[in-house]
Amino acid sequence: MNLTLATSPHIRGNFRTNKIMLDVIIALIPALVVGVIVLGLRALLVAAVSVVSAVVFEALWCLITRRKLTIVDGSAGVTGLLLAMTLPVTVPIWQVIVGNFFAIIIVKALFGGLGQNIFNPALAARAFMMLIFPLGITRYEGLDGVTSATPLHHMVMPATPNESLLDMFLGKCPGSIGEISALALILGGVYLCVRKVISPRIPLAYIGTLTVLSLIFYKTDNALIWSAYSVLSGGLMLGAIFMATDYVTSPVTHLGQILYGVGCGALTLIFRYFGLYPEGVTYAILLMNAVAWFIDRYTGFARFGTKKGGGNK
Amino acid sequence: MKRLFFGGIHPRYNKEMSLTSDNLTTVTPNQVVIPLKQHIGDVCQPLVKVGDRVLKGQKIGDGEGMCVPVHASVSGTVSAIEPRIHPNGQTIDAIVIDNDFKNETVEFTECDTPLEDLDLDTLVHTIRESGIIGMGGAAFPSNIKALTSMGNVDTLIANACECEPYITADDMLLRTDPEPVIQGVLILQRLLSPERTVIAIEDNKKTAIKILKAFAKKNPSIEIAVLPTRYPQGSEKQLIQAITGKQVPPGKLPIDVQCIVFNVSTFAAIHNAVRLGKPITERIVTVTGEGVRDPQNFIVPIGTSFDDLINAAGGLTDDIDRVLNGGPMMGIAQADLSASVVKATNAILCLKKDPNFKVENSVCIRCGKCLNVCPMRLKPLYIARYVNAGNVEEVSRLNVADCVECGSCSFTCPAKLPLTDKCREGKQMIKEEAKK
Repeated sequence: MNLTLATSPHIRGNFRTNKIMLDVIIALIPALVVGVIVLGLRALLVAAVSVVSAVVFEALWCLITRRKLTIVDGSAGVTGLLLAMTLPVTVPIWQVIVGNFFAIIIVKALFGGLGQNIFNPALAARAFMMLIFPLGITRYEGLDGVTSATPLHHMVMPATPNESLLDMFLGKCPGSIGEISALALILGGVYLCVRKVISPRIPLAYIGTLTVLSLIFYKTDNALIWSAYSVLSGGLMLGAIFMATDYVTSPVTHLGQILYGVGCGALTLIFRYFGLYPEGVTYAILLMNAVAWFIDRYTGFARFGTKKGGGNK
Repeated sequence: MKRLFFGGIHPRYNKEMSLTSDNLTTVTPNQVVIPLKQHIGDVCQPLVKVGDRVLKGQKIGDGEGMCVPVHASVSGTVSAIEPRIHPNGQTIDAIVIDNDFKNETVEFTECDTPLEDLDLDTLVHTIRESGIIGMGGAAFPSNIKALTSMGNVDTLIANACECEPYITADDMLLRTDPEPVIQGVLILQRLLSPERTVIAIEDNKKTAIKILKAFAKKNPSIEIAVLPTRYPQGSEKQLIQAITGKQVPPGKLPIDVQCIVFNVSTFAAIHNAVRLGKPITERIVTVTGEGVRDPQNFIVPIGTSFDDLINAAGGLTDDIDRVLNGGPMMGIAQADLSASVVKATNAILCLKKDPNFKVENSVCIRCGKCLNVCPMRLKPLYIARYVNAGNVEEVSRLNVADCVECGSCSFTCPAKLPLTDKCREGKQMIKEEAKK
C-alpha cells in the first residue's frame, strides 16, 4: 500500500481554468445571436473562422515549440470569439485570420503564453487590424445591408444618432458583430457575475465613469440623452463587460479594479472626443492594460492587524 | 450571511459520515507508544525504565524548560524506550507500554472547592502537572498560555467551531459529555477574570448548539456565539476577529488584543484535571474519510497507533490515496501508520484521490480568486510569482509572514497551483535571508 505523501491542503475545489473559459463563451452567445439576426449569417462565419484560426495558431505554436497542447484550456477559443465580436460583419475572411495570428502568436505566445501577456490579445489585434486594414474593419453595415455610419460616427459631428435609445439597447443598429446589443451583453455580464467568473467592479466603474463624464462634458442639448447614447454606442458595453474584465490584463486587487475601470472610462471619453477615430474603447483599455500591474502593486488590502487594517484602537 | 472574517471558502464538509452514533466506542489497544514530546517546547525525559510496571494516569515523562509532562494511558509494562515515528513526521523518543488490560489507575485526588476559593497558582500548577496542551491541534502548553495572559484578558473564547471538513471530534464531545467543557470554562473564567466569556460554534452543529444554549441559560456569564459556517472560522485570528472585531497585529499574540482562545477539548481536560485529579490519558478521535470502511468517532487512549484505529474503523479501502493526521486543509500526510495518536490528534482522515486536482494547463491566469479567499488579506498569486523569481525583497514586502497556511488559496486556484507551498517557500526564503 503506497500512501501519497503531499503537503496540505489535500483537497481542491471544483474550479478549473477551462470551465471559466467555457462560461465566458456561454456569456457571449446572446450577443453573437443578436449579431447574426441583425447582420446576417456571415456573422456566424466570421466568428467560426476566428475561433478556429485562433485555436489552430495556438496548436501550431505548441507543436513548433514542442510544448504540451494548451488549446484544451479554452483561452485561444475565447480570444478568437472576442476578436470576432469587435469586427464588422463585412470584414474579409483572410483579414480575420491575419488578426488572429497577431493576437495568438505576437500578443500572447511571444509574451509568454497564458497568464503572461500584458495586453488583451483580442483588443491588441483589433488595434493592429485598424492600422493595416483601415477599410476592412471600419465599414459597417446597417439592418438593410447597406453601408452606413454607426451611431458613434454621428456623435463625432456632434449630433445625436438617428437610432432611438431603445433600438440601440436592443441591437437594431449598425456596428460590429458583438457590440450592437447592450441588452444581450448585459445578460452575458450578469451570467458571469452570478457564476462568480467576474466581479461587477470593473464594468460598473468603467460604465459609471463614462456616464458621469459624458454628463458633465455633453455635446448636444440634452446631457442625459447624450450620456445615454455615449454608453450605448460603440464598443463600450462589449469592452466594459468582456474586454476590460479579462483576468490576465486587469488588476486583481479590489481598489485596483475600481481605479482601472475609472481610468478606462476617462480615457475612452478623451480618445472619443480628441482622437482620430470615433471609437476610444480599444486604446483606452490597451493603455490601462499597460499599467495594470503597477496599479496592483500599490493597491491591495491594508495589512491584517495594522491600524489601517481596521478594527483596532 | 454576514462576513465575520476576510475571505474563506466553502469546501464540502462531509461531516455526517462520521456522526453515525452517539455512543462512542472506547478503543483498547494491545500496546501504546507515548511520545516524550506532544507539545511545542522541549522533549521530556523518561521517568521510568524498561521493565517497570506503570498504572494508567502515572506520570512517565517530564523535564525542565518549556516542558509538559506525559502520562501512561493504560496500565501495563514498559517494554521499550526508543525513537518512534510521530504524526508530525519527526522521529521522537517514546515510551512503549504493553497493555495488561487491568485498567488500573493511580490514585486521583478529587477537588470540590468552590470556584471562588480556588487558589490561582495551584490551578496553573495542576494544569501543567496534568499534561494539558492545546488539544485543537496547536499543542501549546496551556499553563504557559494561561500564566502569560493572567490579568490581561477581556475575552475568553472556547473554540467549538471545528471548521475543517470531515472532523467531528469536538462535536461529539459536546453531544456526549458537555458538562466538563462548561465546568472547564468556568474554571478558566475564575483564573483569568475576563469581561466576556464566549463559546463559539459554527452553525452546522445544530445538536451541539441546542445543548450549549441550555447550559448558557443556567450560566448567564457564558455567551454562545453561533457563527456562519465558513473555513477557516476556527482559525484563532479569524475567530478573534469574528467575536471581538479586533485583528491580532502582525507577529503578535491574541493576548495583545486581550483575548485568549482554547479548544473545547482543552477545557474538558482542565475540568478533569482540577476536579477529578485526572491527567490527559485519552481523547475523542474522528477516524473518517471515503478511504476507510466504517468512519466513526472513538474514545482513544493516547499512544494508540493509527493502524489500530483504522482497523477498528473497518480498515482502509483498496483505492486509498493518503492518510492524514488532522483535516484535509491543514493535515499532515502519514507515511508510517504505526505513528501514535498524541494529545493534539483530533482526526485520522483517509482520503481517496480527489478528482479536482486535475487541470489542463496549470498556469496562473491572474483571476484573483486566491486574493479574494485569503483570510489574512495576502496576494498569493504575487507571492508565488516572486518566490519563483527568487526575489526575497518583494516576497517580504507582500507580508508572507502573516500567512497561517490555511490552504484556502490552493483550494480555490482554478489552475491548481501549489500556492500554499509557495507561501511556505517564501517564509523559508525570508528566514534564510535573515540568517545571512
